Amino acid sequence: MQQVNGRDSDAPRIRGAAWQRVAALLSAALLVGSMAFAQQGGSATVSFQDDISTLDPQVGYDWQNWSIIKTIFDGLMDYVPGTTELVPHLAESYDVSEDGLTYTFNLRQGVLFHNGRELVADDVRYTFERVLDPATQSPGQGFYTTIAGAQEFIDGEADSVAGVEVVDDYTVRITTSEPDASFLHKMGLNFAHIVPQEAVEAAGGDFGHNPVGTGGFMLKEWVLGQRVVLERNPNYFEEGLPYLDEMVFQVGVDPNVAFLRLLQGEVDVLGDGIPSARFTEVMDDPDLSQQVARGEQMQTGYVTINVNMEPFDDVRVRQALNMAINKDRIVRLINNRAVPATQILPPLFESHNADYAGYPYDPEAARELLAEAGYPNGFDTELYAYNVAPNDRIAQAIQADLAEIGVNVALRTQAQSTVIEAGGAGEAPLIWSGGMAWIADYPDPNNFYWPILACASNIPGGWNWARYCNEDLEARAARADTLARADQQEARVAEWRDIFMEIMEEAPWIPIFHELQVSMHSTNVTGPSAIFVDPMHIPVHYEMVRKAE
Amino acid sequence: MAQQAAPVEGTTGGNTPLNERVSAGRVAPAWLRRFMKNGAGVTGLIGVIIVLVMAFAAPLLAPHDPARQYFDGLTDFGDPLPPSERFPLGTDTLGRDLASRILYGARVSLLVGVLANGAAVLLGLIIGVVAGYFRGVTETILMRITDVMTAFPALILAIALAAILRPSLWIVALVIALVNWVWIARAIYAQVLSIGQREFVEAAGALGVGTFRTLFRHILPHLVSTLMVFGTLGISTTVLLEASLSFLGVGVQPPTPSWGGIINESQSYFLDAPWLVAFPGVAIVLTSLSFNLFGEALRDSLDLAERR
Amino acid sequence: MIAYLSQRVLQAAGVLLGVSIITFLLAFLLPADPARMIAGRSATVATVESIREQLGLNRPLPQQYVTYLGNLLKGDFGRSYAQKADVTRIIRSRLAPTLQLALVGILFELLIGLPMGMIAAIKRGTWVDQGVMAFAFVGVSAPQFVVGLLLIYFFAYLIPIFPLGGYGTARHIVLPAIAVGLAGGGWYARVTRSAMIDVLRQGYVRTARAKGVFPSKVVFKHVLKNAVLPVVALVGLDIGVFMGGIVIVESVFGWPGIGQMIWQAIQLVDIPVIMGGVLVTALFVVLGNLLADLVYPALDPRIRYS
Repeated sequence: MQQVNGRDSDAPRIRGAAWQRVAALLSAALLVGSMAFAQQGGSATVSFQDDISTLDPQVGYDWQNWSIIKTIFDGLMDYVPGTTELVPHLAESYDVSEDGLTYTFNLRQGVLFHNGRELVADDVRYTFERVLDPATQSPGQGFYTTIAGAQEFIDGEADSVAGVEVVDDYTVRITTSEPDASFLHKMGLNFAHIVPQEAVEAAGGDFGHNPVGTGGFMLKEWVLGQRVVLERNPNYFEEGLPYLDEMVFQVGVDPNVAFLRLLQGEVDVLGDGIPSARFTEVMDDPDLSQQVARGEQMQTGYVTINVNMEPFDDVRVRQALNMAINKDRIVRLINNRAVPATQILPPLFESHNADYAGYPYDPEAARELLAEAGYPNGFDTELYAYNVAPNDRIAQAIQADLAEIGVNVALRTQAQSTVIEAGGAGEAPLIWSGGMAWIADYPDPNNFYWPILACASNIPGGWNWARYCNEDLEARAARADTLARADQQEARVAEWRDIFMEIMEEAPWIPIFHELQVSMHSTNVTGPSAIFVDPMHIPVHYEMVRKAE
Repeated sequence: MAQQAAPVEGTTGGNTPLNERVSAGRVAPAWLRRFMKNGAGVTGLIGVIIVLVMAFAAPLLAPHDPARQYFDGLTDFGDPLPPSERFPLGTDTLGRDLASRILYGARVSLLVGVLANGAAVLLGLIIGVVAGYFRGVTETILMRITDVMTAFPALILAIALAAILRPSLWIVALVIALVNWVWIARAIYAQVLSIGQREFVEAAGALGVGTFRTLFRHILPHLVSTLMVFGTLGISTTVLLEASLSFLGVGVQPPTPSWGGIINESQSYFLDAPWLVAFPGVAIVLTSLSFNLFGEALRDSLDLAERR
Repeated sequence: MIAYLSQRVLQAAGVLLGVSIITFLLAFLLPADPARMIAGRSATVATVESIREQLGLNRPLPQQYVTYLGNLLKGDFGRSYAQKADVTRIIRSRLAPTLQLALVGILFELLIGLPMGMIAAIKRGTWVDQGVMAFAFVGVSAPQFVVGLLLIYFFAYLIPIFPLGGYGTARHIVLPAIAVGLAGGGWYARVTRSAMIDVLRQGYVRTARAKGVFPSKVVFKHVLKNAVLPVVALVGLDIGVFMGGIVIVESVFGWPGIGQMIWQAIQLVDIPVIMGGVLVTALFVVLGNLLADLVYPALDPRIRYS
């Protein structure tokens, strides 16, 4: 989804995602166990600066609405709260065929939509048709074209999607045209969250403002431009959840004012995080720092280097740039709310190579390398960046670092849409990705390759702003993605690790940091720390938030 | 004795007392002496000189390189530093010396505040006077153009320009002039409507006095006060407007400092690092106030229709 | 009068047409693709193309404009690209708050600015005058974001008299109106002062004062009426500007106004919302300036319209 303006970040280094995941799992287990005793009731308020554009699961794709949609709707698969661990959700269980092409989902029975009707397999069929239907204009359409018959349906040659078969009321079988290792993750995306046909049609094209799903919360009130109010779904199939009776989302709130509101007790969760200016104050305060949760994200902030433009077509120049950036200083600029990046994949991924040190910060060596490549006196170039804080600061820091090795960078800080456009057109020599890219949609390494580094996305309008294309690696990536069986996973993880290592050798990017999620909540609410910085239900896993005693 | 509102034609300048005229050759001209007696005016002049010196002599006066980001210019957690011996006015959010940035920032701010604003005022003056004096179809066309320009989405223009053109201060100046003249035009128009109807103007018309003469001698003097307001108060507004436009990518790009730009990038730090907003803010206020005091005193000294 | 008004209505239509054409052109001049913004970062080229086709963005610009105009005349402002909801509904949700802030804001500007300007003019050259001038300059130079934040910090947080931003009751509008009033008030104070000084120098005024006619009578009958002319001009413009939305004040105070709506629409290249917002602005600009033009003859009877 789109990252959004002004979310600044911090913290001391985090070691070992595994450690955190175990802790989160334990908390979740404890939670499940103590559910019988936990108190239900209460209301919580979340503040956001930007408006919530839509709550239509097949359409919504931004910071504000992603997790709100996850509370109103459910998908076949979901993740353990606070973790990236995939588990069946609306599906009680599933089978995968030997050849890895067919998935049979056994749906839970007795799951009710908010309008009272029971969810059946036909709703799954309808949902997939809806996400693939060009008329829906779904940003997620591309994820599901691996389903057999999807392309024919999109092109209008077929009335239905051949690969989605309704076996009976509670069984649905989905066949893919070739093995897709990330298929189950895609079942957990918002775009595949199940919707009831009658409600969609009754909304007359504005389902986004009239959402009806199966989730723990239902829409109670929406005052456009001011707030969205959700109330508990009494028929939610997860026993005991949600804890809260009501959730209020205030929009249009400046982060600095939101912070004051939190101190006054009017806001319970800062949707846009702690404002950079108050961060130190919060962390120094013994009480306030207790209300802060910190977690990793599947995010990397990087500078793309356009490999088609001189002098960046020389790998030595690109490597020199990599060695010129002082990542520690940049991380400090955002209150240490990030971890310096040595490589493309964030530590949350298994394919992350913990032993790889990346390019060292060595301006001397960088200058030598530049001279070797034929630029002893450096050269002039441009860096594009999103103008909203802290990205303009980070861009200036990068500019200063590159000036040290003789590369004179003219900054072009502009509106997000124009930077994206320049990147897509292949016009920009260097782009700082902050505020725009890249958070993974699901915890699979291929999501960090196909949209932003693949030959397939090296097209006009594509998000592969580095214009990078390695045909060999592309073939390897495609093959790795067909390794869908459980026994093939270890090999797949290793293969992706190698692929990304090779990409780093060619240095089409300068990976700078992996942002941490740092969230603050009031003393009015509580819950396991991990759910306030949930990597999948970004930013907060609302069903798991409890009123504090 | 009651005095006339406008100088009578044919005299050298109205009502200079006899003794001053006689001694004009040996001492400073009358207007200069009047000016020097005006304390506020002198203060204003000093202020203007200071700002000009800041702009021109920045490289000599600045203690540091304004673009230099010091690693130890921030706290361990990335917060700006308060004023100290090393950084007389503190540092900004990137660890750069604020004093140096304010000194260098005077250039951009003066250029924009004085020139761009001046252009806007001039344009507004011309349009307002022509519409208010000539009336009829000219008036209609010009005033409706004013309507269009007020509703004109300058924001979108700025973003579009930022993407299409190389960012430059001249574009900012152009956009500012294009957008701000509307205020002056409407205010001037209102006044000219009223003044144009006054008896002496009609009399002048009846006497066959030429258009330009009428405009210059009879109408313009009444507009000077209003022009002065827009010319000086407008400095502040345009400096802040420049910051917004540069933010959109149209004007000066980092690390070139401008007073409005410094404020813009440090606004949310106001409660924790107030010096980042206070010092450039004071610079803006002092600049426009100085120009105002100076200008008013100058006008008073040269203005012969009034005695203190 | 009727003839004059009907002329103005006709001209207003012309202005709105002009603004709509300019905005339409500018929106498409933006090197940003609305279809790509809707499609998002994970979309295939085919998806983006199909969206572009559906939105009619492939047709020649004049044709798109004519279609838009046709719908407009039927009262259809189109559907937002980002929200997929009717633009009229979105704008309607923002109108009342924007109008309220505009009216109360202008009121505060006048309440602060006019008296100060008058006092400064009458007490010209004294420290009162200097004080007013200084205040005006500080008010205008102070960045609105900072003023807003300060007001909230002191009067809503430290001393919780007012709410911490937001919209709803009369208490909610006070701080935003003060924030606006301080800046605008500075302008009105200065303009009033110089206009008054100019009038006070007029021959007939001096004559009256010299003859010993009581100053206040003179001031309030003749001087004020003429001095207020440029103020009326500014108020007319202010109406238009306020109704176009004042983004900074809206965003600091969380005021659900048109400014924030247009700003976000520009970020997302949501052209129907941009067009709708700008047209509403243009309407009020025309109205504001028309009102000002109608008030001038009331203040100075010598002003006539043909």
